[in-house]
Amino acid sequence: MRLSCRVNGEDRQVEGVWEGESLLYVLRERLGLPGSKNACEQGECGSCSVYLGGVLVCSCLVLAGQAEGCEILTVEGLAEGEALHPVQEAFVETGAVQCGFCTPGLIISTHDLLERNPDPTDAEIREALAGNLCRCTGYEKILDAVRLATIRTGTNEDPS
Amino acid sequence: MTRTQTTPTLVTRERPKAPASTPGRIGESTIRSDGVPKVRGEFEYSSDLWMNGMLWGATLRSPHPHANIWSLDTSEAEAMPGVYAVLTHEDVPGRKVYGMEIPDQPVLAWERVRYQGEPIAIVAADHPETARRALDRISVEYEVLEPVTDAEEAMSESAPKLHLSGNVLRHVRIEHGDPAATADVVVTGEYEIGMQDHAFLGPESGLAVPDEEGGVDLYISTQWLHIDRDQVAESLGLDPGMVRLTLSGVGGAFGGREDLSMQIHACLLALHTSRPVKMVYNREESFFGHVHRHPAKMRYEHGATSDGRLVYVRARLIFDGGAYASSSNAVCLNAATFACGPYDVPHAEIDSYMLYTNNPPCGAMRGFGAVQACFAHESQMDELAQALGMDPVELRIENAIEPGMRFPFGQEVPPPAPVAELLERVSAVPMPEEKEVVGRDLRELPGGVSNVTHGEGVERGVGYALGFKNIGFSAGFDDYSTARVTLSVEDDEPLARVHTAAAEVGQGLITVQAQIARTELGIEKVVVLPADTRVGSAGSSSASRQTYMTGAAVKMACEAVREHLFERVREEFGEDPGDLFLEDGRVVSGGHGIVVLLTELIGGEEIEELVEFHHKETIPLDEKGQGDAHVQFAFAAHRAVVEVDTELGLVRVVEIASAQDVGKAMNPQALEGQIEGGIAQGLGLALMEEIQIGEGKVLNASFTDYLIPTILDMPPVRAEILELADPEAPYGLKGVGEPPTIASTPAIVAALRDATGRKLSRVPVKPDQIVGLAKKPPDRPLQPGSRGPQGEES
Repeated sequence: MRLSCRVNGEDRQVEGVWEGESLLYVLRERLGLPGSKNACEQGECGSCSVYLGGVLVCSCLVLAGQAEGCEILTVEGLAEGEALHPVQEAFVETGAVQCGFCTPGLIISTHDLLERNPDPTDAEIREALAGNLCRCTGYEKILDAVRLATIRTGTNEDPS
Repeated sequence: MTRTQTTPTLVTRERPKAPASTPGRIGESTIRSDGVPKVRGEFEYSSDLWMNGMLWGATLRSPHPHANIWSLDTSEAEAMPGVYAVLTHEDVPGRKVYGMEIPDQPVLAWERVRYQGEPIAIVAADHPETARRALDRISVEYEVLEPVTDAEEAMSESAPKLHLSGNVLRHVRIEHGDPAATADVVVTGEYEIGMQDHAFLGPESGLAVPDEEGGVDLYISTQWLHIDRDQVAESLGLDPGMVRLTLSGVGGAFGGREDLSMQIHACLLALHTSRPVKMVYNREESFFGHVHRHPAKMRYEHGATSDGRLVYVRARLIFDGGAYASSSNAVCLNAATFACGPYDVPHAEIDSYMLYTNNPPCGAMRGFGAVQACFAHESQMDELAQALGMDPVELRIENAIEPGMRFPFGQEVPPPAPVAELLERVSAVPMPEEKEVVGRDLRELPGGVSNVTHGEGVERGVGYALGFKNIGFSAGFDDYSTARVTLSVEDDEPLARVHTAAAEVGQGLITVQAQIARTELGIEKVVVLPADTRVGSAGSSSASRQTYMTGAAVKMACEAVREHLFERVREEFGEDPGDLFLEDGRVVSGGHGIVVLLTELIGGEEIEELVEFHHKETIPLDEKGQGDAHVQFAFAAHRAVVEVDTELGLVRVVEIASAQDVGKAMNPQALEGQIEGGIAQGLGLALMEEIQIGEGKVLNASFTDYLIPTILDMPPVRAEILELADPEAPYGLKGVGEPPTIASTPAIVAALRDATGRKLSRVPVKPDQIVGLAKKPPDRPLQPGSRGPQGEES
């Protein structure tokens, strides 16, 4: 089948998609966007998190056809050019990245959290990120990253 | 289903990009150089690889843990449109088996399968779904055999022999002191540990690209490129030079990538089809695609004087190695040498057995034999403390081993070995605040927002444990790493290129190599080249050895470059090399200040040095289990504070405090990450992680059913880091990756015992153990719909 959607602000069209393919597969294997990760493909780990029509989803659980005509934002589209989004910056600086396989999903989930709740408590951060598995860090530095991103995005939006 | 329209291509892939240099010398918290590509989604992991015209590989696996294969028919699969190859054992041109220590594992099974998930045939097709459907069209006629699923039963004479050599893969016996020693106070215990999985997030994957001359390039995530290359070449029947491996992005490892998974299969398919072939396991297949941590049953007897001095330890450890050898030999040895814990034990008798069964193969996982033994010896120390009426911390400190003493396997304890100090340090960490349970945020109670308690039935407990681990490969293995350092001038700045085959698996090795080069050469710009087999072996990124081994090799190569420079300065400027050092891109003399800029000294040349670093010699244990088997010992102490809902058996770990001697904190931020992440895996083993096996079959091959800690499960970690230099190690450093995973498990279980008063002799500890439901019937009548007792321990 043919799939048309808008990915990271760009209109994309792919031909020859098999109906059983997930959005994750199409992003990774057909659109050259492997940033969303394939850690479990069971909807359990959050590593494939993207925005579909502004809603946080596990792209491994979305059939590609469901994305027809939709707006998709992946980790590759979070910042323009060489710049990093404050959430990305915070993950690098605090040591929240080790092997990094969970990182794109966590960055998208954190981005979503801060959009909904610009000043989350630790308990709220833990609850929001409970769907993102990380096997390397023990999460301590991920909490640090979210706390730092909270400060940075807060400053960005509200200079006072 | 779709078919790709593109034509095959044999263009060699571009080499992966070397990450940008980030500032930082050794001892400084240095931001990892691959961090930016990782947060942007641009870092290329082995499952991200893509080439025009590539095919997808898939693997047919045995559904039975033990069966004869009577026939294998691939014709229907071969005839499917989109299928380019279906290969079986007959298509393996070289050695049909592989293995790191003993080549006993078939590349593709013939005649017999010995575990569920054993590969039998492989397919290459133009779409992953086509490949999977082709697997369904392969017919295999099995004669299902009774599986051997219990390691102790595998020892019996009547058990079917799974390999020609018999079912006992290894027996290590340690005899130390007087076997007939007696003691005032004796405690015995039986402990069991379930099968843990690495659950690294990046699945087994890679891309094999055939060249036009019969060779192959393999882009792969692994822990040790050269041992992969040698095994792949052997099975392909090729000269190792025709098999070139390049490390791709690795999504975690923890020991689970030491053994081969899809490496030979992808190369076979690529060579057969003359097209690039990508293989990516999904999560379910990943559970079958790599080895696991050995389950163990351990019987212990500890004897002590009435004032709390250890007299003897007698232990019998039985490990289930599963169907094939993997690195089980070394695990068996490790467990034996660590069986008594970091204590002064005058008399010991240890038997460590490794068995073949039809369970999934087990091998390396973070902690490697020390994890299992530590759970048992630390549980025993708590039992002993209770029998003596002593404080468990005091008992441990009283018996802590010290430099100059001997381990029960005869090796002298090298300094530093601050065992008692670590425990004192961890005990001195202030206890976490104990908030009133009633009225708390639900998320700070066991069970969390499941809303199962508002504080009633919640008890707090505290537990301590000590653990240790050998660093580097042991028992006579000639362990080494190779590094090439090239110094030149680029853009008017001195630039060092560091080339090794050492695997960055997430631990931060690239960063530490660059830190070392910056420190040794007094420059800023360092490029760590992609790891591949164009340079000599670096050994494995395992046994907490890579910063020690490859760190030492990079250091030595830099020193050689430096000597070369200083010799030239002596010739040109008459300066005494002994008086020179490098700083800020300049050669500086202690007496005369700046002598020359490096850019001027080097000019258009490239100064290159290639070195191999070998660690000190070790020897295998003798027939009494005695010998200087290990290179270095790293120690850690942990304290766990837990809260338990004693009615439901739910646990909240409140905090873990840790004290670890690291010799030298090369990159403090990365080091903390190792400690916190290692503790998370120890917590997982204590509370939730177990591959459930029934009749040799894996029952929970998913992240739905195999649980690893989430951010809700992990408490804050308070880490005390000691830097007591090891005089024999580069920069005095000690390996740091494994110690956090060793004593954290028994510390948590000790805290659970403290909270509940139950024995808890098996990990992971399940809620039914905590509430005491499992073996005996519940005190109250069963409620309608309840399942009743399941069998357990007290």
